[in-house]
Amino acid sequence: MSHDFLLALIGGVLIGLAANLMLVFNGHVTGISGILNKTLSLKNTLNSKNFKDLKHEKLWPLLFILGLFLGGVLIFYPNSLKTETYSMPLLRICIAGLLVGFGTTLGNGCTSGHGVCGLSRFSKRSLAATLCFMLAGILTVAIFGGVK
Amino acid sequence: MIKSFITLLSGFIFALGLGISGMIYPQKVISFLDLFGNWDPSLAFVMIGAIGVHLIGYKFISKKSKSILGSDFKVPSNKNPIDKKLIIGSSLFGIGWGLGGFCPGPALVSAVGLSQETLFFILFMIIGSFITKLPIFTKSLNT
Repeated sequence: MSHDFLLALIGGVLIGLAANLMLVFNGHVTGISGILNKTLSLKNTLNSKNFKDLKHEKLWPLLFILGLFLGGVLIFYPNSLKTETYSMPLLRICIAGLLVGFGTTLGNGCTSGHGVCGLSRFSKRSLAATLCFMLAGILTVAIFGGVK
Repeated sequence: MIKSFITLLSGFIFALGLGISGMIYPQKVISFLDLFGNWDPSLAFVMIGAIGVHLIGYKFISKKSKSILGSDFKVPSNKNPIDKKLIIGSSLFGIGWGLGGFCPGPALVSAVGLSQETLFFILFMIIGSFITKLPIFTKSLNT
């Protein structure tokens, strides 16, 4: 158990370092839902006439996600970290995904954008958002059940 | 080029953080939210660690007008109001988070594991995001 606390803290420090790199060097906030949405709308940018200026300002969300995938490869493939199987009905997973996508886009942020970046700069909006998703998450698990 | 490398590196380190911390395990996240059941509080330390370190980043840029590599800061203003969209959106996100145990970052990192469940989660997350941008929602909630 205390092992888990230490890993959580180390993981959190790494997330903070990654967010610092992005902010201090490139001036961007590391909210993953925002980054995903920017990547999804990148298609419009690439289709436009000014295809030539494929600058970092446009491509960074895609690059960041590539970085996430590269990290994922290190986590999943050498089996250096144990990966658990996701055991719940597919319908529940699809509804969960739909709500996460809808909610984070409507609320302009997720655990990283509001919970880490927003709270680190003392944003009242992000504090309100974090309280909402924490409370809603706790209530949902209380109603639909946790892990047996 | 250096900016692109930093971005790639940042994504990579971010993913390792999510992996090492345990955020990529849906069961663990659900146990973290299971305050009234078999509560596992360990993931609270992810937030403590991340905010503790990221505070320093904001402190550092507070005296600067440009980033180290010369970009403007694209940081959302703290003065934006708390509106209906924020409250409804964040609450719906919380329900999805509690149901599935995934938020966007861990879901994307886990995509490379190629499990059917994770890929379905991501597909529906993207569909949900597109639905939000439909005119009916953008109009009715823009108050």
